[in-house]
Amino acid sequence: MNVVVAMKQIPDLQQIRIKNRQPVFDDVPLTFGSIDKNALEAGVNLKENGLADKVIVLSAGNEDLEDTIKEALAAGADEAFLILGDDLNGAESSVIAQVLTAGIKQIEDVGLILFGEGSGDNYSGQVGSRVAEILGWPQVGYAGAVKVEGNKAVVTRVLEDAEEVVEVSLPAVITVVSGINEARIPSVTQILKAGKKPKEIVEEDELDEINKDALITTVSNLAPESDRKRVVVKSTAELVDKLKSENMI
Amino acid sequence: MAGILVFSDRTNLALEILTAAGVIGGTAKVLVINNDEQAQALSDAGADVYKLSNDDISLADVGQVAEVLKEAAEKLNADIILLSSNRRGKELAGRLAQKIGAGCLTDVSAINVNGDKIECQRNALGGATVATQYINGDKKVIAVSPRSFAPFAGSGGSINEIDITIPASTVKVLEVKPKAADTVDIAAAEKLVIVGQGLNSKDDIPMIEELAAKIGAEVACSKPVATDKKWFSEEHVVGLSGKICKPELAIILGVSGQVQFTVGIRDAKVIAAVNTDENATINTMADYVLTADLHEVVKEMNEILG
Ligand SMILES: Cc1cc2nc3c(=O)[nH]c(=O)nc-3n(C[C@H](O)[C@H](O)[C@H](O)COP(=O)(O)OP(=O)(O)OC[C@H]3O[C@@H](n4cnc5c(N)ncnc54)[C@H](O)[C@@H]3O)c2cc1C
Ligand SMILES: Nc1ncnc2c1ncn2[C@@H]1O[C@H](COP(=O)(O)O)[C@@H](O)[C@H]1O
Repeated sequence: MNVVVAMKQIPDLQQIRIKNRQPVFDDVPLTFGSIDKNALEAGVNLKENGLADKVIVLSAGNEDLEDTIKEALAAGADEAFLILGDDLNGAESSVIAQVLTAGIKQIEDVGLILFGEGSGDNYSGQVGSRVAEILGWPQVGYAGAVKVEGNKAVVTRVLEDAEEVVEVSLPAVITVVSGINEARIPSVTQILKAGKKPKEIVEEDELDEINKDALITTVSNLAPESDRKRVVVKSTAELVDKLKSENMI
Repeated sequence: MAGILVFSDRTNLALEILTAAGVIGGTAKVLVINNDEQAQALSDAGADVYKLSNDDISLADVGQVAEVLKEAAEKLNADIILLSSNRRGKELAGRLAQKIGAGCLTDVSAINVNGDKIECQRNALGGATVATQYINGDKKVIAVSPRSFAPFAGSGGSINEIDITIPASTVKVLEVKPKAADTVDIAAAEKLVIVGQGLNSKDDIPMIEELAAKIGAEVACSKPVATDKKWFSEEHVVGLSGKICKPELAIILGVSGQVQFTVGIRDAKVIAAVNTDENATINTMADYVLTADLHEVVKEMNEILG
């Protein structure tokens, strides 16, 4: 069985500047969402434990993905399946879910698709659930542990007030929480070697029947206004005085 | 106005969503699945409850619950489905939206009706921005963030039965392990002392708790301190995937200030940040900035405050 890991290319959020409350993306490097890296690590762990044959990263985005993908191939993925389209970076969840599903249908012997519980930028937690529905597969979200036993997966779902251990038959969709593992950081040599790993690249317009109707309209997307004093204090005593003068302590 | 169907596995969240439904307008009906206590509590609060009792349904099976909601929405003439954006609700939202061909917004923290558009606010870009968005088309699935609306309190509620037959679940629950009860509610706290990965070790927690006790604050933390180090339960996490807090005072110790954290504390009235790095991002959103080792600072504060 092969494990597919869905990873989203996103701008490095720490490097986005805000100008007149608008986010500025110029020169901001692209990377994968951090929880998606945990999903990849979970897939690679299954393979390393002999529970999966290949780990294939599936990603939809613009052409920069051909470069970004090296990060995932260096971190242990065997192959990449990329769907490229100019408008795929930042496309809405309903479109991405259809595009990814079309990709999954072209990959052989998929037993498990791993997602992050939320993408780094949008964090809407929809894409995994939508893909599961299109495929008609069972899903388990918020996995803090995944075990594969024969044609079943035993998954610990981390909820707010409880952990729920469930068993589902494969194939299935699983989304993971960041606490599931600590994702490895690939070395420079691994990154250099990653360029040689197999990549299948499909153009978005080669896929059939993607319904691109916009289901969501964005009216505005602005940074909240903030006016902080930013007073630099020199000592703990001075800090205590300041907080006392504001009647805070 | 379109009919609204409300569902959450948590009674307190269902009450909050009923208030959100009131903002949208129209008549809201609440679906309750296999939970008589919830049905009673919601009808006592004035809601029109539709109670479904069917042992074949398992809340752990998202695909199955989505099917149940689809059928319930059809029977009850609802185009708009409001869910809670807790983990179960968020997971359900995408599946249900896909099933009924709806647009979907999750983690919605505010709703404003503008003509025929239901404008929703949610954090975007990891919390760096707040997006105002609406769903096109009649069918809508909206998952509402916990604590964004006051609990509904009305009168004249009712309990009705609804019957939906469905094949048994294929997701088998082997075990449920309740997490140790944690009564802290950092989202409601007036003051917070928040620690990040700058904290050296678990052994340093008592002095943090001492400081918090001295000033009447709760202790909270950044996400990795809970999920990676496991020094606190996830109930203590401030931020995008934790809690959005609005205290009077936040003393933030050893936190770098990445957007997913700051979104959870930017509405605090006064922020003091202590960090060894004078260029830490957290300093740009603080009222008082102290560049120092947090361990020294906490020790000194405990001494000064006696
Ligand atoms: C989808 C998503 C959701 C997320 N949700 C959340 C969330 O809800 N909440 C959250 O917190 N994070 C969240 N994160 C993680 C977030 O991106 C950061 O990784 C996290 O906030 C960093 O925590 P930190 O500041 O404690 O650690 P670090 O970034 O490691 O920062 C530690 C800081 O401590 C300082 N320091 C070190 N030693 C000392 C000392 N002795 N005294 C004083 N200062 C010292 C350092 O200078 C540094 O600034 C999320 C990430 C993603 C992708
Ligand atoms: N463009 C994409 N390509 C590959 N995977 C994606 C893409 N967008 C979202 N995902 C996956 O879906 C998860 C949830 O995304 P979201 O619904 O945006 O929160 C992410 O953590 C990824 O695993």
